[in-house]
Amino acid sequence: MIIGLGHYLTVAAILFTLGIFGIFLNRKNVIIILMSIELILLAVNINLVAFSTHLGDIVGQIYALLVLTVAAAEAAIGLAILVVFYRSRGSIAVEDINLMKG
Amino acid sequence: MYQAIVFLPLLGAILAGIIALAGARTRFPGKGPVAGAEDTAVDHGPHHGVPEVQGSGVIHSSHHEEEAREPAAAGSRTAELITTTLLMICMVLSWIAFVDVGFAHHDARVPVFTWMSAGDLKVDWSLRIDTLTAVMLVVVNTISAFVHLYSIGYMREDPYRPRFFGYLSMFTFAMLMLVTADNLVQLFFGWEGVGLASYLLIGYWYHKPEANAAAIKAFIVNRVGDFGFALGIFAVFMLTGAIDLDTVFAQAPSLTGKTINFFGWQADALTLTCLLLFMGAMGKSAQFLLHTWLPDAMEGPTPVSALIHAATMVTAGVFMVARLSPLFELAPHAQTFVTFIGATTAFFAATIGLVQNDIKRIVAYSTCSQLGYMFVAMGVGAYSVGMFHLFTHAFFKALLFLGSGSVITAMHHEQDIQKMGGLKDRIPYTYVVMLIGTLALTGFPLTAGYFSKDAIIEAAFVGKNPMALYAFICTVAAAMLTSFYSWRLIFKTFHGEPHDRRHWREAHESPMVMLIPLGFLAAGSVLAGLPFKEIFAGHGVEGFFRESLTFAKTNHVLEDIHHVPLYVAILPTAMMLIGFFVAWHFYLRRPDIPVELARQHDWLYRFLLNKWYFDELYDLIFVKPTIRLGRLLWKGGDGWLIDGFGPDGISARVLDVTRNVVRLQTGYLYHYAFAMLIGAAAFITWFMFATGTH
Repeated sequence: MIIGLGHYLTVAAILFTLGIFGIFLNRKNVIIILMSIELILLAVNINLVAFSTHLGDIVGQIYALLVLTVAAAEAAIGLAILVVFYRSRGSIAVEDINLMKG
Repeated sequence: MYQAIVFLPLLGAILAGIIALAGARTRFPGKGPVAGAEDTAVDHGPHHGVPEVQGSGVIHSSHHEEEAREPAAAGSRTAELITTTLLMICMVLSWIAFVDVGFAHHDARVPVFTWMSAGDLKVDWSLRIDTLTAVMLVVVNTISAFVHLYSIGYMREDPYRPRFFGYLSMFTFAMLMLVTADNLVQLFFGWEGVGLASYLLIGYWYHKPEANAAAIKAFIVNRVGDFGFALGIFAVFMLTGAIDLDTVFAQAPSLTGKTINFFGWQADALTLTCLLLFMGAMGKSAQFLLHTWLPDAMEGPTPVSALIHAATMVTAGVFMVARLSPLFELAPHAQTFVTFIGATTAFFAATIGLVQNDIKRIVAYSTCSQLGYMFVAMGVGAYSVGMFHLFTHAFFKALLFLGSGSVITAMHHEQDIQKMGGLKDRIPYTYVVMLIGTLALTGFPLTAGYFSKDAIIEAAFVGKNPMALYAFICTVAAAMLTSFYSWRLIFKTFHGEPHDRRHWREAHESPMVMLIPLGFLAAGSVLAGLPFKEIFAGHGVEGFFRESLTFAKTNHVLEDIHHVPLYVAILPTAMMLIGFFVAWHFYLRRPDIPVELARQHDWLYRFLLNKWYFDELYDLIFVKPTIRLGRLLWKGGDGWLIDGFGPDGISARVLDVTRNVVRLQTGYLYHYAFAMLIGAAAFITWFMFATGTH
């Protein structure tokens, strides 16, 4: 079986959907939300690389590298915020984070 | 000179007002003067500084004891001196003017400046100086000056004297504006000015609820009269197209027989106008039906009562009728009504005076009654005689009030005559002047009241209008009642056994500054009669008043009063003596008789003690329904209808909606992310399909 573009895109779509549901269905831990976001970004990366190979255009892969960097930075900042948040409020459970309302 | 007479009191009022405001600012720094002044009403505790040692320091009042501890406002002395000095100057100038106008016949019109001009309506500030005005100037300024002087002593423990003196001077100014008015609108200005000043002065002790109630009552009852007065001025303008007195008087004769439509009723124009104008006079001069405010006005400080009752305010109505004599002479029906009201008031107020126990209220009802006399004189066409009584009455009524004030201070602010007695040994000077005032009031021969009151009774006897006989009977009866209650006051206050030993022992004569005005007024009460009899009620009227009073061709009252039967001439004196002996018998020889009488005729006693139940009647007819209507409109009209369906209703609905909307905002991150995703998905879907179709 030749593994073609469709398969890559399917994997990416599955990962993306997992990421989305990870955000909504998770009721416990904010770190899981961060991980879900990473998953979504990964799915995008797979798409980029798959299309790059398929179209023979190197720009897609360069973009994938850029996204990886940004994702790493974002994860670092997100974790840092979480640490600070934990220090100030003593909990990072999702139910406890409900200050953003009127 | 006339500008000085009229405007010096205003200057005094303004200066005293500035001092009062400045004092309030220093007292309550950082607050407005008004806020500060109100603060003191609730905030006079013992922490308000050291007790002020001033005067003898023995007198203290039960109701303003707290203030006595407060230090006097800064500049009190200055304000007193300024206002009193200016009033003294005015008094001297007024007497000069009196001689100049009355005897040298130098009438004057002093234009000040134009007030307003709109179409036909032209209103100027202008001073009309003729004999009538000159008489009033003398009365107002003399009494006011003495009241100012007396107040320095009487109010010496009050911490807000600059305010008090400012009000007094303002009162005087308003009254001067009224008596010098050259047109009806300026008259109305002064009219309302005295109303305002009386409101402020009656409510001067504003932390006393009764004082506030009395002030409001005076103001509202006067509004009823002023409503009629305003309608009268409108009617005059409608009929003549002018409001300045010269034009109106010139046109008046041509108005006889005209009718105007008044609520579908074809009324005789002049009669209706005069009745409406007289309604104003009834309010200001506290005549029958609109008299209820006058006794309550006793809540103000005693000098204020003297000023209101003797010189300003209540004499305004009498003056106005005299001033408008050219109109009233042409409206015989209105004159009949004036006579009727005057006579009724004279009798009715005197009956109430019989049983009152508050020293000031007795004198107040006496004023009411004497004003009735004046209106009787006006009604039968003897205007100068009415003015004569106004003139003499001012002296002895001011004397009686200020004397009562002296008694009240001596008795530690006790006003109930049942608790007095035997004071003649303790305060002999006050006793003597009160005696003089009483003699003058009751019409003892050769005192001031004797000439004017007898002239009025004689005028009522010879009067031609249908009510003249009624007026004659009422005034004669009132003369006896007057004598009775006046002597009752004297006997119960100064004679007999003291009822309160402690107060009696501590009673002491007032300070000199209060006794001097009493002395002058006592002299006036004796001397204001005989020298002026000829020009007010004799053959000199024509030459003295000239065109300031108008007598119709058919009006011979002033001539006829010299030809009354002997029994009419001596009747008032006889009545006075009967009243005196009855009072003497009742209160000195057999004090058990009045008690017994009151017990036997309980209903009559109660009827009189409760002032013919007028307050209760008005409460039932006017006050209660008004409150009920007001409550209905407030609760039903405003609260339920307008607020319910207006602002309150709308805001409540908005709140309901938002209260539900706010639940959408949970604060949970994943809800927001979900909403964002749904939005993004919807947007992309729309983008794909909507842009794809074309």
